[in-house]
Amino acid sequence: MLMGYANKKKLIKIVLTVFMAVLAILMVLPFAWMLSASFKPDSEVFNFPIEWIPKTFTWENYIKVWASDIPFPTFFMNSVKVTVLAVIGEVCTSALAGYAFAKIKFKGRDLAFLIYVSTLMFPSQMMLIPRFVLFKTMGIYNTHWALILPGMFTAFGTFMLKQFFESIPEELTESARMDGANHFIIFTRIVLPLSTAALSALIIFQFVSMWNEYEPALVYLRDVDLATIPLGLKYFQDESSTSYGAVMAASVCSLVPIFIIFLTFQRQFVQGIAISGLKE
Amino acid sequence: MSTSTTVSAVKKQQGHGALSKHENLIGWAFLSLNLAGYILFKLIPLIIALVLSFCEWNFVSGWEGIRFVGLENYGQLFSDEVFLVSLRNTIFYAIATVPIAIFIALIFGVILNDKVYFKSILRLVFYLPNISSMVAVSLVWMFLFLPSYGPINEFLQTIGIANPPRWLNASSTSLLSIAIVGIWQVLGYNTIIILAGLQGIPESLYEAAEMDGANAMWKFFKITIPSLSNTLFFLTIISIIRSFQVFTPVQIMTEGGPGTSSSVIVYYIYTTAFQYNNIGYASSMAWVLFLMVFVFAAARMRFANKGD
Repeated sequence: MLMGYANKKKLIKIVLTVFMAVLAILMVLPFAWMLSASFKPDSEVFNFPIEWIPKTFTWENYIKVWASDIPFPTFFMNSVKVTVLAVIGEVCTSALAGYAFAKIKFKGRDLAFLIYVSTLMFPSQMMLIPRFVLFKTMGIYNTHWALILPGMFTAFGTFMLKQFFESIPEELTESARMDGANHFIIFTRIVLPLSTAALSALIIFQFVSMWNEYEPALVYLRDVDLATIPLGLKYFQDESSTSYGAVMAASVCSLVPIFIIFLTFQRQFVQGIAISGLKE
Repeated sequence: MSTSTTVSAVKKQQGHGALSKHENLIGWAFLSLNLAGYILFKLIPLIIALVLSFCEWNFVSGWEGIRFVGLENYGQLFSDEVFLVSLRNTIFYAIATVPIAIFIALIFGVILNDKVYFKSILRLVFYLPNISSMVAVSLVWMFLFLPSYGPINEFLQTIGIANPPRWLNASSTSLLSIAIVGIWQVLGYNTIIILAGLQGIPESLYEAAEMDGANAMWKFFKITIPSLSNTLFFLTIISIIRSFQVFTPVQIMTEGGPGTSSSVIVYYIYTTAFQYNNIGYASSMAWVLFLMVFVFAAARMRFANKGD
C-alpha cells in the first residue's frame, strides 16, 4: 500500500516533468527558429515544414552583420561601454546612499527617504521628454553620457542595498564604532565585505537591464555610430528589411552575451528579481 | 555631588550634540553623490515635465517658440481620437495580458516548486525570454507572425485552419498578437515571483492537511492560494503598471498599426513628442500615464507599508 503510494507519486512526477519539458521546448521555439534562420540563405528561411537544421548552412548572415555598412562591432562596444560604466557608477552611488539610509542617523534622513520612495511611482517613460530637453540644454544629447549618467543614479539600487545593509546586525557596526572606527571604515571594512551577495545580485541585475535598455537610446541618440545594440538592431531592421537571415543573425549576436551572463550568474540574478518589484 | 552630576550631564550632552552634528554631516556626505544625480536626473525632469504640460512647444522652434497655454493640452486630450484609442488599447493590453500571465505562472510555479525533476533547468528555460532584449524578441515574433509564409500560419494551415488570422497585419488581431508576445516574455518572471512566494509556505500546513486526507485540489485552494495572496497582489499590481508602459514591441512590430489599432499610450507619447515635435502636448499625455500608474503604485505602497 505504502509502496503503491510512492510509485504513484513518482509516476505523477514523471508525467509532470514531461509536460513541463514540452512547454519549455515551446517557450524556446522562437529562439530556436531565430538561431536556425540565422544560418540560412534568405530563400530558405521560410521553408515549410520548418528545417530546424539548415539545409544550406551558411555563415553569410553573420559576415553581413559583423562586416557591413551597419557597424555592429561598434554597437557592441557602445553597449559594453554604456553598460559597464553605468553599472559601476550605480553600485558606487547606491552603496553609499544605501549605507547612509541604513546605518547613519542623520537629520532629515526620513524625509529624504520619503522623497526617494515617492518618486519610485513615476514611470520611466515620463522622464523621456524632460530629460531630452535637459540633455539638449546640458549638451549631452547624442552622447553616451545621456545613457550612462541617469543609469548611475537609480533609486532601485539604493533601496535594494539599504534593505540588505539593514539586515547586518547593529551590534557589529556599533562595536566597531566603540572601537573608534569611523563610518567610512565601517562601510568599507565591515558592511561591504558582508554584502557581496547583494552587490553581485545588483550588478548582474542592472547589467542585464542596462544591456537591453532601448527607449533612452532611441530618444537620446541620433548618430548611428553611437547606437547601442538594441537601437542598432532597429537600424538593422530598417536597413535590411528583406534580409531575414541577417536580422536574425544580429538578434542572435545581441542575445548571446546576455544568455552567457545569465547562465553564469543565475543564482545572483534570481535574488535580484525577488526584490525587483521595487523597480519602475 | 549634585554639581558634578550636572557638569557631567552637560558634558555628555555637548559631546552628544557634537557627535550628532558630525553624524549629520557624514550622513549627507554619504548621500550626496546619489542625491545630486537624483535631483538632476529625476526631480528637475519632473518639474520640467510638469511645466511643459502647460505649454505649447514645437521643439524645432527653439526656446523662443514656447508658449504658456494653461490647461489647453489637457482639454485637447479628451477630443483627440488617437489618444482615446491609444488609452483604450493600453487598457485592453493590460486586461489581455495580466490575468492570463499570472494564471499560467501560478500553475507553472506550483508544478515547478517540487513536483518535477530537473526543476532548476526548467526554471532557467522559462526565464530566458525575460532577459532577452525586447527588440530582438520582437523581430523574431514579427517573422513568426508573417501572415502568408510565417511559420505560425504555415503550421495552422497544415492542421487544417484554412484562413488563419493575419496577426500583426490585421487591425482586429494586431494588439492581440503583441499581447501574446507580452505574455510569453513575462511568464518566466511571474513564475519566479510565485516560486519565491511558494517557498514561504510552511510544509507543515500541507502535512497537516494530508493527515486529514485532503486532496490536491483542496490543498491548492485552501492553502496555496490564501498563502500566496500577498504575492499575487504584488504581482498583479506590478504587472498592471508594466503593461501600461508597453512600448517596444509596438514600435518594432506594428508602429501602432494597422491604422491606430495597436497604438498604445507610450507609443503615442513617443510619436507626438519626437516625430511631430509636439513636446507640450505629449507631456500632458505623460501625466495621464502617471495618473494611471499612480493609482496602482499607491495601492502597492500602502500594502508594502502594512506588510512591514
